[in-house]
Amino acid sequence: MKLTLKIWRQESPSAKGRLVAYPMDHVEGDMSFLELLDILNQSLIKKGEAPVAFDHDCREGICGSCGFMISGIAHGPQKLTTTCQLFMRQFKDGDTIVAEPFRSKAFPVIKDLVVDRSALDKIVQAGGFISARTGSGPDANAILIPKEKADKSMDAAACIGCGACIAACPNGSAMLFTSAKISHLGLLPQGQTERHQRALRMVSKMEELGFGACSNHGECEAVCPKGITLEFIARLNRDFLVASVVATKEAVKKV
Amino acid sequence: MTLDAKIPSGPIEKKWEKHRFDMKLVNPSNKRKYKVIVVGTGLAGGAAAASLGQLGYEVEAFCYQDSARRAHSIAAQGGINAAKNYQNDGDSIFRLFYDTVKGGDFRSREANVYRLAEVSNAIIDQCVALGVPFAREYSGYLANRSFGGAQVSRTFYARGQTGQQLLLGAYAALSREVALGSVKMYPRHEMLELVVIDGHAKGIVVRDMVTGKVSSHAADTVLLATGGYGNVFYLSTNAKGCNTTAIWRAHRKGAFFANPCYTQIHPTCIPVAGEHQSKLTLMSESLRNDGRVWVPKKAGDHRKPWEIPEDDRDYYLERKYPSYGNLAPRDISSRAAKQVCDEGRGVGPGGRGVYLDFTDSISRLGKGVIEARYGNLFEMYERITGEDPWKWPMRIYPAMHYTMGGLWVDYNLMSNLPGLHVLGEANFSDHGANRLGASALMQGLADGYFVIPYTIADYLAKVKPGTRAGVDHPAFKEAEAEVAGRMKKLLSIGGTKTVDEFHKELGQVMWEFVGMGRNEAGLKTALQKIPQIRERFWKEVLVPGSGADFNQELEKAGRVADFLEMGELLAYDALMRDESCGAHFREEHQTPDGEAMRDDEKYAYVAAWEFKGEGKAPELHKEALEFENVHLAQRSYK
Repeated sequence: MKLTLKIWRQESPSAKGRLVAYPMDHVEGDMSFLELLDILNQSLIKKGEAPVAFDHDCREGICGSCGFMISGIAHGPQKLTTTCQLFMRQFKDGDTIVAEPFRSKAFPVIKDLVVDRSALDKIVQAGGFISARTGSGPDANAILIPKEKADKSMDAAACIGCGACIAACPNGSAMLFTSAKISHLGLLPQGQTERHQRALRMVSKMEELGFGACSNHGECEAVCPKGITLEFIARLNRDFLVASVVATKEAVKKV
Repeated sequence: MTLDAKIPSGPIEKKWEKHRFDMKLVNPSNKRKYKVIVVGTGLAGGAAAASLGQLGYEVEAFCYQDSARRAHSIAAQGGINAAKNYQNDGDSIFRLFYDTVKGGDFRSREANVYRLAEVSNAIIDQCVALGVPFAREYSGYLANRSFGGAQVSRTFYARGQTGQQLLLGAYAALSREVALGSVKMYPRHEMLELVVIDGHAKGIVVRDMVTGKVSSHAADTVLLATGGYGNVFYLSTNAKGCNTTAIWRAHRKGAFFANPCYTQIHPTCIPVAGEHQSKLTLMSESLRNDGRVWVPKKAGDHRKPWEIPEDDRDYYLERKYPSYGNLAPRDISSRAAKQVCDEGRGVGPGGRGVYLDFTDSISRLGKGVIEARYGNLFEMYERITGEDPWKWPMRIYPAMHYTMGGLWVDYNLMSNLPGLHVLGEANFSDHGANRLGASALMQGLADGYFVIPYTIADYLAKVKPGTRAGVDHPAFKEAEAEVAGRMKKLLSIGGTKTVDEFHKELGQVMWEFVGMGRNEAGLKTALQKIPQIRERFWKEVLVPGSGADFNQELEKAGRVADFLEMGELLAYDALMRDESCGAHFREEHQTPDGEAMRDDEKYAYVAAWEFKGEGKAPELHKEALEFENVHLAQRSYK
């Protein structure tokens, strides 16, 4: 099939960006979206033009490197799918597809479709962990975890940190991302000790980094490639509320 | 020179304990005076950086991804082995050790493998403590599953995302250390050179991939945990960015490269769809627990799979290996698939595929059970191929997956180059000539959590604190100049072919002549072709843009340039090793029914290659392998 790609080109963080149209012939359904960009880039390089910069790595939907807006939807039209796993059979002959970087105050553009998502690491550093020194764990079967709790925890832990939820949110909120980590750890017995501090630290870091507040649009859930649900945001809200009543935020300490 | 593996004396089950006592320790108040560089933040690097930070060392960690959480360990699906024997099915440390040595076709170092099995249990404890949501039984106890190459259920898993969950555990521990300031994290930084001062590894040169800035980092010791070199084949299950540059640069600076020809082809990957293919996707080997592998008995049988009656199907793994059946080890399963496709019995477009059929399991266990076990893998398959695996059996074909070879290390995980430690897939040590399923995660975390935190002290205790050279030392300036010169050269060639075109060309040669089946004539052809491609690369490659900003083509060009050297060494090693062992299959050496035939008289050694200069033949150093606890035998999975 033939289709047109309209891609956001921006040379550097401070440069002005613009959409550039690239007609694409010989597009096959078995190509992934990123493989189509590979083909485009090969031809751009040969023509002496700059190839399109985009983040990607595993190309199997798990590393969370890839992702941009595809015709206005983070990761494109297919549900539960990262950009690298979006295949061209999802489009039809004659389509025009617009590719733009994830837009958020907390995600400055680096180049073309590449954005800086280091703010997500900072949220995790604020408290998205269990402080278990290497070697300190008891026998693994000493901690019994009901299967449904472990499964629910795993549902939340499946987050790949791609940032689509933030790009999709009209407020640029990182609530779905943060709530996934809070829920993953908060559902487990091992995560209880630091549960209050975790909620207080991660939420305050999220606000400090310029992420917006949640106003229950639900766009995040709709685009999440890993099916993280709004239920986890409810868990985060509850944890945060309880923590605000019973504790005050402390800095992460060594011992 | 003689390679001293520094294997402790004494009975195998006492070696590690004894060694831990014999090794020197670093006084707690001195630890902060030592700086440790960790390159790579996968399971090995992430776990090491976190654990060393906890111990009090000053750690700097580097990764090329935009976050430490994205290292390719994240893509491991199936599971992690441990000798817990929670299933009461006869497992033990010794059995895990034995299975791993046997699975590696008797080409690994016994003492290392025993230690690996010994610390495997602590890994599971640590991961659970960190909040890894492993699969549970309804009782709340941990669940296990079986995996290729073993007859016990010792594999712990988190759905089909075990690598992800283990990595996120290590990443969380690492994030805590970053918050505490004990680890400084450098994402989007690529190591381009190792710095050696007075024969010791004392730093690295990196490029900031956003600004293009080249800078030096000095340390008392350098840890490389940069993964494998599978992308030398272009198409592989590795992430696109996985590369050999860090270990290759270290090799050029004196670190020996061991057993490069041990490369694992994974039997259960989604077949190639067309010319545009940029990578291959693995379907977890755990699928072989419930899926049956088959092809039509007759060549050229193009009937739909459900139209082919039982009598016309060849369940070739069950037929050839009745006791292991569909769970035969990876190297054996891969070759068997290639063989039936070579006979014209392959299925799907191009005839390069075999069926992995769940029909029997679905009727025995019900769709719900299969969905719970493999639902995400079925979805992944459908997303990629556009075919519904509930209706149409999956098609699979082997693909390049994991590299058992890597930099040579001693029992302390230190290279022959003092001060350089190598962890995880980047080293050569534990898997011999073939890695068993669910063993990579075990080894990465063993190295990072439970080996290097002890063995690093043995080196550092001999380094006087405060004697570290600064980045103004001439060795750093020299290395920076080398890096800058190399990039300038790549950018100035201005040829007509893209980096990818050269990479694909190299990959085709590697796959055809140095892939699943190797022979003398083919390897000699590869050894002729690779230098030719390399020569043309340096004359004809076209790398756009500049070195002073975000330039993904320049990154790739540097990596492919190193693959073009590394690939030659791989073929060279494969030619030298005139035997078949594990994943290294020399067609000249096989039993009448096509099994690998080792030559223990001549080749029971580790081949460690020394770099002698560009265009010069590398020099072979041998570390003899001694088997005192496992009886050398021809592997049999029948």
